[in-house]
Amino acid sequence: MEGGMGIIEVEGLRFTYSGSRRPALDGIDLSIRKGEFVILTGPSGCGKTTFCRCLNGLIPHFYPGDFEGRVVVAGLDTREHEIWELAQHVGLVFQNPENQLFCLTVEADVAFGPENLGLPRDEIRRRVDWALKATGMWELRDRAPHELSGGQQQRAAIASVLAMEPDILVLDEPTSFLDPAGAAELISLISDLNKSLGMTVVLVEHRLDLASAFSDRVIIMDRGRVALDGPPEEVLTDPRASGLGIGIPKVVKLYELLADGGLKLPKVPLSPPELADLVAEVA
Amino acid sequence: MPIIVEGVWYAYPNGVEALRGVDLTISDGDFVVIMGPNGAGKTTLVKTFNGLIRPTRGRVLVDGVDTREATVAELARKVGLVFQNPDHQLFCATVEEEIAFALRNFGFPEEEIARRVDWALRAFGLEEYRDVPPLVLSGGEKKRVALASILVWDPKYLVLDEPTLGQDYAQKEKLRKMVEGLLGERSVVIVTHDIEFVVDFRPRPKVVLMAEGKVLAQGKAEELLTDQELLSRASLVRPQVPEVLYRLREKGLDVRTDVLDPEEARDVIISSVVGR
Repeated sequence: MEGGMGIIEVEGLRFTYSGSRRPALDGIDLSIRKGEFVILTGPSGCGKTTFCRCLNGLIPHFYPGDFEGRVVVAGLDTREHEIWELAQHVGLVFQNPENQLFCLTVEADVAFGPENLGLPRDEIRRRVDWALKATGMWELRDRAPHELSGGQQQRAAIASVLAMEPDILVLDEPTSFLDPAGAAELISLISDLNKSLGMTVVLVEHRLDLASAFSDRVIIMDRGRVALDGPPEEVLTDPRASGLGIGIPKVVKLYELLADGGLKLPKVPLSPPELADLVAEVA
Repeated sequence: MPIIVEGVWYAYPNGVEALRGVDLTISDGDFVVIMGPNGAGKTTLVKTFNGLIRPTRGRVLVDGVDTREATVAELARKVGLVFQNPDHQLFCATVEEEIAFALRNFGFPEEEIARRVDWALRAFGLEEYRDVPPLVLSGGEKKRVALASILVWDPKYLVLDEPTLGQDYAQKEKLRKMVEGLLGERSVVIVTHDIEFVVDFRPRPKVVLMAEGKVLAQGKAEELLTDQELLSRASLVRPQVPEVLYRLREKGLDVRTDVLDPEEARDVIISSVVGR
C-alpha cells in the first residue's frame, strides 16, 4: 500500500436494498489502516451488517440494490473485482457458524476455500495446517462441525476464512451465540491474529466490555452513517455514545463515577485490571 | 403455590443426560435467573416446568399438580415459556393471529380476545405490525411478538429462555424495564448467560448456577456472581465491577468484593483510598 492509503478506503458509500425505500448506508467515508483492530458497533438496523457485506463484495455483486460511492479493499475496487477474488483479501465470519460450516469434517471445511482457488495440493495442505493450528483447531480437525461446541464451531469458521490468507478479517457479531467463557476465548484469539500476524480486524460487536480493551478504534454507526469514530477511550466517554444506545463498559462508568466523586484517574481504563492499576497508582 | 422440582433427572432419547438430580423451588412472586454454560441443562430444566419435557426420574409439581399427570395445554395456562429462538415459536399468518392463537385455544370469548390482543399490541409497540406476517419482522421485533403472544394470557409463571440473544443494548434495556414492571404479581424465570444484563436488575434476582445437568449453587446475586471459583465452574466471567474490587484487594487495598453496583463500588474505592 503506497503513501497513506488505508487497506480499506470507503468514499461516499450509499446503498439501498432493492425494494427498500430507506438507504441502509447513507454516506460513509472512512479509511482503515493495515493492522488496525476496529470495533464497529451501533443499534440494530444501523447498517453494520450491510457495511460488512460491502467490504467483501457481497454488495454490490450478490445483494441487488442501488450502490453509490466507492469501496477499495487491498487496492481493489469492489465494483470491478468479483467475490472470489475479494475473498482472498477479505475473510467474512458470520454470527452463526452453522451458516458457514457444511462439510463432514472441520478439515474439509477449512480446505474448501483453497481447493476452490485451484491451488496446488502442497499449498492447500500448508494453508489448511497453518489455519487449523493458528485457531487451535488442529486436534479437532477430524471432528464433524455439528459435534463441536459453539466456540469451537466459530473457531473452525475463522480457520476456514484464514486458509484463504486474507489481509482483513471481518467478523459480524461472532460471539452472539457463545457463553461468556467461549466469547472471551474467541476475542482473545482474534486479538492474537491481529497482533502476531498484523491482520486487520473489523469486529462488529455489541459487547464492548469484552472487546474494547483489544481495539485501536471504535466506530459507532447510526442510521446508515458514522456517528462517532476514534480511540475507544475517547468514543466510550463521549456523552453522545450513551445517547446512541451503546452499552458503555462498567469500568468506564466506574471511572466516570470516581472522577465525579473526586478521584480523577490519569487515563480511561478499558478493562478491570487496567482500572485497578490506575487506582493503585493514585492510592 | 410454587413450582417444585424434586430430584429431577432427564435423559434425551440419544442417551445424553441433560439433567442429573435437580432440586429447585420457584415460589409465588419469585424472580430467578438460571445461568451456566451452553449444554448445562438450563433449557431442558425450564421445559420441565410446562411438561414439554417429563422427568425420567424425580418429579415436577406446578401448583401441586405433577406434570406427568397434566397436559402441556393445561400447564401452559400457568407457565408461559418464551423460547430462545422466536422462529421456533411463531407460525401464524399475521402478528394479530399469532397473539390471539393461544387465547382461542384456551377458549377465551372473542370480545376478551380482542381486548387482550389490543393491549398486547400496544404494550409491545407492535400496533403498526398487526396485519404483518411475523416472519418478515426483524429479530428484535420477532422476540417482542413471541413475548406478547405469551404474556397476553397472563401466565402466573413467565419463563424467558435467553431473551437477550442477538439484542442490542437499547433493546436489552427495554426488556429489563419491562420485566421489572412484571415482577411482584408473577414469578419470572430468566435463562441467560448475559451477566452484565443480570446485575443491572433492580431488584436483583435470585441466581441459580448450573453446570453439567446439576445445580452448582443458588442464592443471592451479590454472593454468587462475585465468587470466582463458582463462576468459572459455570463458565461465567466475573462482572467488571467486582473484578476491579477483587484486583484492588490483591494489591493490598482494604475493599469489599461482594459489590455489583458501580455507585456502591465508587464509595468503597474512594473511602479506601482516602482512608490510607
